Amino acid sequence: MRVSVTVNGQNYVRDVEPRLLLVHFLRDELRLTGTHWGCDTSNCGVCVVQLDGVPVKSCTVLAVMADGHEVTTVEGLEKDGALDPVQEGFVQCHGLQCGFCTPGMLMTARWLLDRNPDPDEGEIREAISGQLCRCTGYENIVRSVRWAAEKEASV
Amino acid sequence: MQVPASFEFERAESVPHALELLERYGPEARLVAGGHSLIPMMKLRLAQPDALIDINGLAELSQLGVEGDTLVIGALVRHAALLADDAVGAYFPIFHEAERVIADPVVRNRGTVGGSLCQADPSEDLSAAFAAVRADAVIVGPGGSRTVPIREFHVGPYETVVEPGEILTELRVRIKPGAGSAYEKVERRVGDWPVAAVGAYLRTNEGMIVEAGLGLTAVGAEHFAAPDAEAYLIGKAAGEDVLREAARIAAASCAPQADQRGPVDYKRHLAGELTYRALSRAAERSRA
Repeated sequence: MRVSVTVNGQNYVRDVEPRLLLVHFLRDELRLTGTHWGCDTSNCGVCVVQLDGVPVKSCTVLAVMADGHEVTTVEGLEKDGALDPVQEGFVQCHGLQCGFCTPGMLMTARWLLDRNPDPDEGEIREAISGQLCRCTGYENIVRSVRWAAEKEASV
Repeated sequence: MQVPASFEFERAESVPHALELLERYGPEARLVAGGHSLIPMMKLRLAQPDALIDINGLAELSQLGVEGDTLVIGALVRHAALLADDAVGAYFPIFHEAERVIADPVVRNRGTVGGSLCQADPSEDLSAAFAAVRADAVIVGPGGSRTVPIREFHVGPYETVVEPGEILTELRVRIKPGAGSAYEKVERRVGDWPVAAVGAYLRTNEGMIVEAGLGLTAVGAEHFAAPDAEAYLIGKAAGEDVLREAARIAAASCAPQADQRGPVDYKRHLAGELTYRALSRAAERSRA
């Protein structure tokens, strides 16, 4: 089945089986391996991407369901060589250890700050509550998102 | 790697088109919206439909608002949209309190109200909330539309009255003065299915209960309801002793099963305690 999906602003047309999951479409068809593939059961959240600007677990979305829609992956956060403030926050506050959950955390963090530029700790924890950090580095993830919020407030 | 078995994929352009596709593909076709129950089941081959009919594009199923004295919730309304809606929160806090503890924010962006009800999981939260407020389900099929009281919607675990050629299109809930509602859930961790959960809806007039709705989930309550406890409440003042007695009746009338979430006596205890707490808060709100 032919699908046309805009990913990070670029249009891709591919022939795919209807059963192909969005996460595998991104990783295997488009070679955008920044989106990670974890539990396969919509629990862990490492596969979170934005579909029409809203974070979704891409292991539980079919690629054909994204036909005609816009997807943003972690590769789309950087703009003109400059890291997004949430990426910068993770660097500054040691928001990642092994890095496996990071792409999903970043995509949800970006969405949170777009809707709520000044989230408190509870709101950040709520936003990422469907995503697991296997290093249990939640404290620093929360600090990283706060760092990004403050950075964005200061410019 | 979990991969569903092969299937045909069709995108519905309208409700009549979806009905036509359901007829063309027959009883082994399934509608897909959020897909957060169906796709995991397909990966595990617990479900193996011949065809999926994608209804995500049907804006006519996404309506959410008040029509006269009725709250109308389209089947395609996402959990996140129900949770974000101010009118829903003002008239039926039970829905906001239930939604806040359904799955997690990212899953709620995708999963739908109609999908949750049609999945008919015996531990599903909204089934209890809609049972408590006695919603009506609107179902369309080749012969037109029909309205089914939500307490007749679920036939059993994973089974509803929606026939293979039909579509659940919306839920309708009457808005009445003097009503209050609340939802109480105990879960093992964020986003989990409930160990037990209870929704309560009370309408009072000068302190007397004139209408009572109780929805219980994950505890084996038939049609997610507790009719004996509801009948007991009618005509009484919503004081602590009365609500405790109703909670006792509700707990006695359900039939929880032991599993990894807990033994029978614990779940029954929760059913009673959560019924009491939900009723207390619903009563308080009905007086506000």
